[in-house]
Amino acid sequence: MAGNTEPLSPRAKLAVTAGKAAAAVSRAAGRGSGSVIGGKVALRLDPDLLARLARHLDVVLVSATNGKTTTTRLIAEALRANGGVVSNALGANMPAGITSALAGGSDAKYGVIEVDEKYLAGVAGDVGPKAIALLNLSRDQLDRAAETRMLAEKWREGLSGSKAVIIANADDPLVVWAASSSPNVVWVAAGQEWKDDAWSCPSCGGVLQRPGDDWFCGDCGFRRPTPTWALNGDHVLDPHGAAWPIHLQLPGRANKANATTSAAVAAAFGVPPLTALQRMYAVTAVAGRYDVVSYQGRDIRLLLAKNPAGWLETFSLIDPPPTPVILAVNARGADGTDTSWLWDVDYARLAGHPICVIGDRRLDLAVRLEVANVDFQVYDSAQEAVRNCPPGRIEAIANYTAFQDLRRVVGN
Amino acid sequence: MSETNLRLVWIYPDLLSTYGDQGNVLVTERRARQRGLAVQRVDVRSDQPLPTSGDIYLIGGGEDRPQRLAAERLLRDGGLTRAVDNGAIVFSVCAGYQILGQEFVNDLNQPQPGLGLLDVVSTRGEAERCVGDVLGDVDSKLNLPQLTGFENHQGITHLGPTARPLAHVRLGNGNGTGDGTEGAWNGTVFGTYMHGPVLARNPLIADHLLKLALDVNALPPVEERWYEALRGERIAAATQSA
Ligand SMILES: [Zn+2]
Repeated sequence: MAGNTEPLSPRAKLAVTAGKAAAAVSRAAGRGSGSVIGGKVALRLDPDLLARLARHLDVVLVSATNGKTTTTRLIAEALRANGGVVSNALGANMPAGITSALAGGSDAKYGVIEVDEKYLAGVAGDVGPKAIALLNLSRDQLDRAAETRMLAEKWREGLSGSKAVIIANADDPLVVWAASSSPNVVWVAAGQEWKDDAWSCPSCGGVLQRPGDDWFCGDCGFRRPTPTWALNGDHVLDPHGAAWPIHLQLPGRANKANATTSAAVAAAFGVPPLTALQRMYAVTAVAGRYDVVSYQGRDIRLLLAKNPAGWLETFSLIDPPPTPVILAVNARGADGTDTSWLWDVDYARLAGHPICVIGDRRLDLAVRLEVANVDFQVYDSAQEAVRNCPPGRIEAIANYTAFQDLRRVVGN
Repeated sequence: MSETNLRLVWIYPDLLSTYGDQGNVLVTERRARQRGLAVQRVDVRSDQPLPTSGDIYLIGGGEDRPQRLAAERLLRDGGLTRAVDNGAIVFSVCAGYQILGQEFVNDLNQPQPGLGLLDVVSTRGEAERCVGDVLGDVDSKLNLPQLTGFENHQGITHLGPTARPLAHVRLGNGNGTGDGTEGAWNGTVFGTYMHGPVLARNPLIADHLLKLALDVNALPPVEERWYEALRGERIAAATQSA
């Protein structure tokens, strides 16, 4: 299938041009990449633009609470083996940002698009994707996000009529509930370390039984589907039983899971696992995440963790003690203003690491760590925290706006 | 072998632990251990019988459907009512607070009976969700410092004659009735819309629960530095945003 062979209508062309102009103005004014403002202008001129832009592309949508930016990037790399890719690589994942990303690739064959969980059903309806990857659903931004089961329900309703092949995590009961109304699902055993949002059966409300890696509801029979792809230690198992070693530069179990899902998506587009995985190995950082930055004679690894599930996965990938850990927490609009999620994170797992606490809400975190009975120091700035760590590796874990603050400080 | 001095029961974390409610358990447990008590923490899932021998029971907030299921299962189980009859202390938040009342409105928009352990009746508000920092004066009978909390709910709770408001808000909504009341208590059973979680921001309420359970008037002091710093910051933030 070729790229944008059908010409856009004059109205759509005008919308794309106006959007690009607005983005350029926004960039010149120093307001970031301009991708969202451009998309907003373009969508206002032509509300059907998203659908029109997507018509010329084979689109993959990626949604989840955690890992969607990284997985979008891995899938994009894999599909480039077969042709040009357009993608919202910087994570602008609501309709305006998606529109401007799609408008940017006139000769692409594939659109690999990260979608905010709340917009998935709507965007899927607009763009008619060939595939949708669903990684996980867990609590996030409690003050404004919809409740997790309600989100799963919205996904389920929105996807029930979709012709897309759904590539979904068999280990997350909420994802399985959301995907299982679709006729064409590829189940991936991608694992799930965080389980506290899925003890209650999404179908009937019964208590889920979780022996080992399996799960099922004793009341209604809703249970883990049999996966055809799986993450098994350091290997991707494909549907033919072949095991492909994973040699990502990105750290952690969660990224191996993301690679496994990405390999399953790539296979749906005819890219064999070995080719797909080898292309993923080129990725070293994703929008600053996992980057190791040299600053004040230290090597600081920048890790983003936005919610309890994300923090849990991050704790499992950091270097062992005595590597110091900087924890940075804000509660601005983009983070969610409710900090109670800190109490769902098991900070006792950091025992033995020197811990430095920074960020707008460092006192919330200080009380949390005091109650967890682990030692910590509170600092007023990242500079001060870094100065108090010995030379060498530092792991810095931050939530969303704290992560952006940290990148600015260390010059990333 | 050490004997248990205090049994903490966390009710239905599988259904009612959406807003960091585990924090209330952790703070209570930590402050008890700092006083040298041997604490046994029992987490009870909603398919397990509730032990009646606990000293302090904690119940948290949750989504609308889990709230309905939790109320049904608690009522069927009957253990919490028996424990309260035996003098146990209960501390409840948000959805859990509503469940302890006479009645609440469930996810099917129907009135549903609660456990009747607190003389309150809850309905669902039509207005926007109450979200933000709260500042209040705790009921003077409790002799506790200002209440600081974070609310995130849509409920409205009316107090009957045998329940006293836990606090009167200066900033924020509390019970959502417009009369400035927040939460309810009746001696041994407490309810609040505050999380944050509330006992991390008001550790002396946790101590009050411990004193009631242990039947003592005072507890040895513990390090309050970080709690005090957080309280000061959040009280200032609530005042500034008003
Ligand atoms: Zn079930």
